Amino acid sequence: MFSKLKLVWLVAGRELRDQFRDWRVIAPMLILTLCFPFLMNEFAKQTVDFLNQYNADLILERLVPFSIMIIGFFPITVSLIVALESFVGEKERGTIEPMLSAPLDDWQLYFGKLLVGVATPLLASYVSIGLYLILASRQNLNMPPVPVMVQLFLLTTAHAFLMVSAAIVISVQSTSVKAANLLASFIVIPVAILMQGEAVMLFWGNEQVLWLAVAGVMIIALLLIRVGLAHFQREYLLGREIDVINLRWLWHTFWSNFRGGAGSVGFWYRNVLSAAFRRILPAVFFTVLIAGVSLWMGYDWIMVNTAETIALASPEDLQKMEEQVRELPDLEAIRNSISAPFLFLNNTRAVAVIFLAGLVSFSVLGILLYMVNISLIGGIFALLQLLGVQPWPIFLAGIVPHGIFEIPALMIGSAVALYFGAALVTPQTGKSMGEIIIELLADWAKIFIGVVVPLMAIAALIEAYITPGLLFNVLGS
Amino acid sequence: MIETQDLSKQFHDFMAVDGVNLSVQSGQILALLGQNGAGKTTTVRMLTALLQPSRGWARVAGYDVSKNGHDVRASVGVLTEQHGLYMRMTAIEYLDYFGQVYSLSPSARKARSDNLLEYFGLAEAARRRIGEYSKGMRQKLALARAMMHDPGVLLLDEPTSAMDPESARLVRDEISRLKSASRTIIICSHNLTEVEALADKIAIIYRGRVLLQGTLDELKSQVLGAPEYEVKFTEAWNSTGLELPKDVEMLSQTPTSLKVRVKRPEEMNPQILNALSSKSAPVMAFQEEARTLEQVYLKVMADAKGREHVQ
Repeated sequence: MFSKLKLVWLVAGRELRDQFRDWRVIAPMLILTLCFPFLMNEFAKQTVDFLNQYNADLILERLVPFSIMIIGFFPITVSLIVALESFVGEKERGTIEPMLSAPLDDWQLYFGKLLVGVATPLLASYVSIGLYLILASRQNLNMPPVPVMVQLFLLTTAHAFLMVSAAIVISVQSTSVKAANLLASFIVIPVAILMQGEAVMLFWGNEQVLWLAVAGVMIIALLLIRVGLAHFQREYLLGREIDVINLRWLWHTFWSNFRGGAGSVGFWYRNVLSAAFRRILPAVFFTVLIAGVSLWMGYDWIMVNTAETIALASPEDLQKMEEQVRELPDLEAIRNSISAPFLFLNNTRAVAVIFLAGLVSFSVLGILLYMVNISLIGGIFALLQLLGVQPWPIFLAGIVPHGIFEIPALMIGSAVALYFGAALVTPQTGKSMGEIIIELLADWAKIFIGVVVPLMAIAALIEAYITPGLLFNVLGS
Repeated sequence: MIETQDLSKQFHDFMAVDGVNLSVQSGQILALLGQNGAGKTTTVRMLTALLQPSRGWARVAGYDVSKNGHDVRASVGVLTEQHGLYMRMTAIEYLDYFGQVYSLSPSARKARSDNLLEYFGLAEAARRRIGEYSKGMRQKLALARAMMHDPGVLLLDEPTSAMDPESARLVRDEISRLKSASRTIIICSHNLTEVEALADKIAIIYRGRVLLQGTLDELKSQVLGAPEYEVKFTEAWNSTGLELPKDVEMLSQTPTSLKVRVKRPEEMNPQILNALSSKSAPVMAFQEEARTLEQVYLKVMADAKGREHVQ
């Protein structure tokens, strides 16, 4: 194993030496690493002077952690260029073939490039942060506590891994350095948005959420590394494809996969859709399990957090809340505002959003949204129980009739999102990543149009025309 | 040793290599000839286990390219179409790096790179950056890289392409020096003179298919027919009454020369000379008409295109 790891280091070492001999890489990195802390320190000094006039202590307290996060981020963005051109650059320079012809395994090549892609920006980030901390300590600024410092270092590391692993996926899949650089915006923009969210958390001072952010970013980075390895194909790196958007090919591939050679709707349902459904069956099984966990989580969360609130509430308040729950809803108003088309569009949109969220996060965000949807049911169940209302009749009348169709549709729709992410991180030889994505999109379209939409339509009709009546009877009794 | 059976590669709906059967023994040089895009590089890449065959199989140095890619790559030295050198490295660093990739010990790397740099006449420039090298030097260094681990199989894709005649000659000489009883070499080239000088066997590829393969003599006789000989006389001579053996065909004759096609020259030529001598012909020269690989290649290509046109 050691000798195999030695080859990873060998690949990284050569690249690292090459980088440090290129002033075009070194100069901007050095300028940014060494100059930015001074700029940030000056900015902090001015901000402190300004905020001191208004006694804005809280903002002052959070200023240093925020600055550290920003300082750590900048060298990573610049060094992204190195990772972006790791494979495609060698391909363009014609140096890739001797490397690919050598007795190196795919993972050795991949991790060698990843290592050098991460090491340089991280080194620059740590140096930059260290320099800033020295400068800030001389300004008598409040230093962040140790746990926050640890979080910031981990967050910087996670950002580096996330961006570099994404850049290497792009580098393996791109046909030219130009294309890779253009695609880099798909890394920089989401990470910049993520940073804004993290900055909010930092100013909010919720450390626990920041830990979740560290974990989330690391998970996505690991999934990206897995995707890169799964779709690393020597064959593709040697290809001579040029950067042309072939809409005709895209559509043809999608349509032929969607149609699957079916001549009639019946045949399509029996053979094409059923085959797609069989493929996602393990994912369906997992979404059922996740649903169970989510129900319990929703139930437990309400039981733990709301029980205390209810326990502290006065008897009058409790009485008022119970009356509100028992109060018969204005079913006429509901009928007027919530029509079957509205419900249908709303529910199908929710499934589509779960898929789209899953699409950009290897299923992670999609499944989180699915969990939120399902946990609401557990939460409501717990709330009713806490209020002393029998939840079962309300559930049987208000959820089960349309839920029989709606919940399986939600589960199946979410299962496709899960399947999409899992398929993306699974090695598939003989196909480009583009082909795999189009095939997965076709599978999603089959399930969505063939299963989710009909189930949601039936559920919407029941929810609009049958559920209110049943609920009225139950609540009335 | 290299052996392939029905070796094929399909990219989407394009058949780049279609049913190639090759057999190259140790100590032989096989040349792959063909137009650009004929499938030579794709064949070499399959033999290096860089591309997976869509159909058929290939064994290189005893390993199956589909199943033992790592072992194949460890046993093969490849000179790629583009030399693929790292321009900021020195030649010593570069060879040492690839020596490490091929898991050679430090002492073996040092000995081997010194030896190769000397062998290719690059010892004096060994500490210069590769970016400063001339095209010929770069090609020789790339060849040294391919030889670094002393592979039993060498695959050389366009070894002298875009080189000046002097450098090309140097590389050609090196390749012929590399030929040994234990080494199998495949060369892809457009340079027919080079192939004629180096190759023991030649395979002509057209649109992914091997149209013809064999030794140069086999190809000549297969494509151009039996060899032709010209007899030149010192003075005008009347050949009336000259009786040529059965398998000798008279092609043309003038008062001072005649041209014949001979099916079995080793057997027939003495008989022709006897016949001429018996008639007291004033023979000045009896020589085979020069037939080049270029003639063979162009005829094979023309025939292939003609067949395609008819279809």
